[in-house]
Amino acid sequence: MAPLAPRSGDAVFASVERVNAELFTLTYGAIVRQLITDLEEVEEVNKQLDQMGYNIGVRLIDEFLAKSNVSRCVDFKETAEVIAKVGFKMFLGVTATVINWDAEGTSCSLVLEDNPLVDFVELPDTCQGLSYCNILSGVIRGALEMVSMKTEITWVRDMLQGDDAYELRVKLLKQVPEEYPYKDDD
Amino acid sequence: MASTACFVIVSRNDIPIYEAEVGSVLKKEEAAHLHQFILHAALDIVQDLAWTTSAMFLKSVDRFNDLVVSVYVTAGHTRLMLLHDSRNEDGIKSFFQDVHELYLKILLNPLYLPGSRITSSHFDTKVRALARKYL
Repeated sequence: MAPLAPRSGDAVFASVERVNAELFTLTYGAIVRQLITDLEEVEEVNKQLDQMGYNIGVRLIDEFLAKSNVSRCVDFKETAEVIAKVGFKMFLGVTATVINWDAEGTSCSLVLEDNPLVDFVELPDTCQGLSYCNILSGVIRGALEMVSMKTEITWVRDMLQGDDAYELRVKLLKQVPEEYPYKDDD
Repeated sequence: MASTACFVIVSRNDIPIYEAEVGSVLKKEEAAHLHQFILHAALDIVQDLAWTTSAMFLKSVDRFNDLVVSVYVTAGHTRLMLLHDSRNEDGIKSFFQDVHELYLKILLNPLYLPGSRITSSHFDTKVRALARKYL
């Protein structure tokens, strides 16, 4: 299924409704700005962005599966490919690349060359520790949790802090088998 | 190409948010203070003149000895003021337009409070490069 994914990413992107990129960027910027003003602590803002991303992710996964028609992924490697090619393309309009697989195939890096959330943004000196795109890590974590994968996501490289690209390290902690939601003995 | 020039961006509340000496001649200490004084004194004239015309580029607004003050007013009443001794009006107009575009990009940064000091070193480098190019 992997060779099919890049093609279907573009097709899905063409068929979903789109919004003006600048409106999207400026809205996200306003959210971050307001969080900084309200919470004042950079660490708190990072945590809050992650939590917001998690809430978005648990809902986003349904829309993603409905609109993109990808089949069930056989292993985590395929999952990562699908997120990078189809998922990112569908919701952000950019594709990511998957690199740096570890020996067991449970941990990989998603690299984003350009990121629409951070157009025009420059971190001032007061917010140096801010992970501006932390919402993305929450989204991926939330979405994967809804398909029974517990993951841990960290930022390795961040362009706003001087690196040359955005790199997310995605680590699969465990696959939780689906539970029967109703108790048998009632 | 030897010219002294002092470039200041003043916000709508009359607070300077950015300044740069962009001359290619070595500046003397007293001259720097004098430049700022002249630019601030010209602010009143700019205020009156800005309402009389719908153009953004107000050519030369004031003179002091052989130094001329040229001003470009943006839509948000941010004044880009240049104190110079050259007569290259087209160059100055292009310089103002390019700096205006850089300023718009700064404004689009959600973490920038409009009216506060511009501390971005990236902006500073670009403005100096533009000054060398046009002035």
